[in-house]
Amino acid sequence: MSMEFLLASAIGTLTAAGVYMTLRARTFPVIIGLALLSYAVNLFLFTMGRLVVDRPPIIHPLATTYTDPLPQALVLTAIVISFGMTALIVVLALRSFLETGSDNVAMREMNEGANIEPRSGEAPR
Amino acid sequence: MSHWIVAPTLLPALTAAYLILFARNDIFHQRIVSVAATLMLVLVAFGLYQLAGDGESRAYLLGNWPAPFGIVQVLDRLSATMLLLTACLAFIVVVYAIHGWDRRGRYFHALFQFQLLGINGAFLTGDFFNLFVFFEVMLIASYGLMLHGGGPRRLKAGFQYVTINLIGSTLFLFAVGIIYSVTGTLNMADLAVKAGQVAAGDVALLRTGALLLFMVFAIKAALVPLHWWLPTTYAAASAPVAALFAIMTKVGAYSILRMYGLVFGADAGPLALVAAPWVIPAAVVTLAIGAVGVLASRTLLDLVCFSVVASMGTLMIALGLFDEVGIAAALYYLLHSTLAGAALFLLVDLIAVRRGRARDRLNAAPPFPRDYVYGGLFFLAAIAMVGLPPLSGFLGKLLVLDAARETAHAGVIWATVLGGSFLMLVGFSRAGSVLFWKSAAQPPQEEEDEPRRRMLPTMAASALIAGMVLLSVFAGPVSHAVTATAQQALDTRAYVEAVLGSIKTARATGL
Repeated sequence: MSMEFLLASAIGTLTAAGVYMTLRARTFPVIIGLALLSYAVNLFLFTMGRLVVDRPPIIHPLATTYTDPLPQALVLTAIVISFGMTALIVVLALRSFLETGSDNVAMREMNEGANIEPRSGEAPR
Repeated sequence: MSHWIVAPTLLPALTAAYLILFARNDIFHQRIVSVAATLMLVLVAFGLYQLAGDGESRAYLLGNWPAPFGIVQVLDRLSATMLLLTACLAFIVVVYAIHGWDRRGRYFHALFQFQLLGINGAFLTGDFFNLFVFFEVMLIASYGLMLHGGGPRRLKAGFQYVTINLIGSTLFLFAVGIIYSVTGTLNMADLAVKAGQVAAGDVALLRTGALLLFMVFAIKAALVPLHWWLPTTYAAASAPVAALFAIMTKVGAYSILRMYGLVFGADAGPLALVAAPWVIPAAVVTLAIGAVGVLASRTLLDLVCFSVVASMGTLMIALGLFDEVGIAAALYYLLHSTLAGAALFLLVDLIAVRRGRARDRLNAAPPFPRDYVYGGLFFLAAIAMVGLPPLSGFLGKLLVLDAARETAHAGVIWATVLGGSFLMLVGFSRAGSVLFWKSAAQPPQEEEDEPRRRMLPTMAASALIAGMVLLSVFAGPVSHAVTATAQQALDTRAYVEAVLGSIKTARATGL
C-alpha cells in the first residue's frame, strides 16, 4: 500500500472521529474532537507539499529534486495555535463546569431572565 | 514605500505588550496608555486614509522580502476605510469602558489592544495564511474579552463561541491547504493571477478550497445557517466588548469582498465569482431570520443582537451583487451598521443599569431619572437601525435597493429588505414603547436607590449616533468615496501590479 493511501486514510479517519466527537453534548468529548480535527488538519497541511522521501528542503548543489519547505512552516504555525487553543478551551470548560456544576454544552437552563447581570455598568460618582 | 502602513498593526502590539509588562496592576496607568494609544491609532488611520485617497494600492514588504515570497501588507482605499472605522469605534468603546467595565476582570486593555492588532492586521494583509494568523490573533483576544467579567453565563456562551471558531479555524486551514496544493502560493495577488490559469483537472479541487474558505468567512459574517453563535455570544459579552464586536462581523464581510470580489473575481477564469451564487440566498435568509428574531425577542439585548444579524443580511445582499454599485452600497451600509450596532449595545447597557431589577427585560418597570434622554437616544438609534429617514440607515437601505433594482433577484431582495424593515420597525416600536411609555405609567423608583452617574458613557453612545448623523449629512461625499473604493476593490489588475510589481520597485530603489 502506498504512503499516499496510508496518509489519506489516516486523515479521513481522524476527521470523521473528530466530527463525531465535536457533535457530542458534553464538553470533554467536544475538546477531544477539536484536538482530533486539529491533528487531521496538521497532517493534511503536511501532505499539501506532496509526499517526497529523502529530499532536501533547502537549495543544495547536489540535489535534483526538493521537498516543499513551506507546508512544514505552516504546520508549525498551525500546531502552535491549536496547542494554545486546546489549553484555553480545557481551562474554559473546567471553569464553566466548576461554576455551573454541569458539563453540558447547551445553555438551556440559563435562558431565563435578563441577559445582563445585576451589576452597574458604570461606577457611581 | 511608506512605513506608516505597518503602524496600525505595530502600535496596538507594542501597546498591549507595554500594558502587560509595565502597567499590570495600575488600572489608572492602563487607562491613560490605552486611551492615548487608541487616539493615536485614530490619527494614524486618518493619515493612511488620506494617503490611500489618491486611489493607488500600496504594498508594504515586511522585512523587504519580495512578494510573493515574503509577507505583504496592502493599503488601498478599502483597507484604509476599514482601519479608520475600526479606530474610531475602538476609541469610543475604550472611553466607554474606562468608566467601570475595565475593572471587572484583569487585562481588559491589553486584550483590547490585541483585538485591535488582529482586526487591523486582517484588514491590511495581502497573504491569506497571514490572514489566518491575524484571524487567530483577533479570536484569541476576543475569547478573553468575551469572558471579561466572568460568570456562569459567559463561561457557557464562551465555550460555544470558542468551539465554533476552532472549527472555523480548522476549516480555514483545510481550505488554505487545498488552495496551496493547487496553486502553490499563499499571496493573494499571486493567487489572483494563478486562479485564472489553473489546469482543467484542478478546477474542482480549487473550487472546493475556495468554497471551504467562503464557509469560514460566512461563520465570521454570521450568514445563515452559520449565524447561531452571534446572538448567544453578543448577549453574554459585556457591553463595550459587544460594541467592539460590531466590527468583527465586518471582518468576515471584508474578507469575502477581498477574496471573492478581487482574488476569485470576475477575471479568475473558470473560478470567476465562485462564491457569488451562495451569497445572496444566504443573505436574504439571514435578513429574514434576523427580522423575525427582533420580533420574537423578550429582552432588549436579544433584540439588538438579532437586529445585528439582520443588518449583516442587508449588507451581504448588497455585497453579493459583486458589482460596483452593489459594493458601494454595501460599504456605505457597513459604515452605518457598525455604528448603529455599537450604539445600540452601549445604550442597552446604559438603560439596563438604570432600570434596576428589571434590567433589559421588555416589561414595564418604574421609570428612572432622565429617562427622556435615553428614550431619545434609543429612538434615534432604533430609527437608524430599522432604516427610517432621515438617518443613515434609510440612505443605506435606499442604496442597497437601488443597486439591486436591475438584477435577476430584484423581486426577492426588495420584498425581503422592505418586509424585514417592517418587522424590525414593529419590534423596535414595541420595545421602545414598553421601555419608555408603559414604564412611565408605573410608580417612580425611590430616589435613594439611584446613584449619581457620570455623563461620559452616555456621551460615548451619543458620539456613535452623532457619527450616523454625520454619515447622513455628508452622504454625498461619503457615497463618492465608497464608489471609488468599490471601483478599486474590484480592480484585480491594479492590485496585482501593486503587489507583484513591487519586486521591481524594491530592486530599482536598491532597498
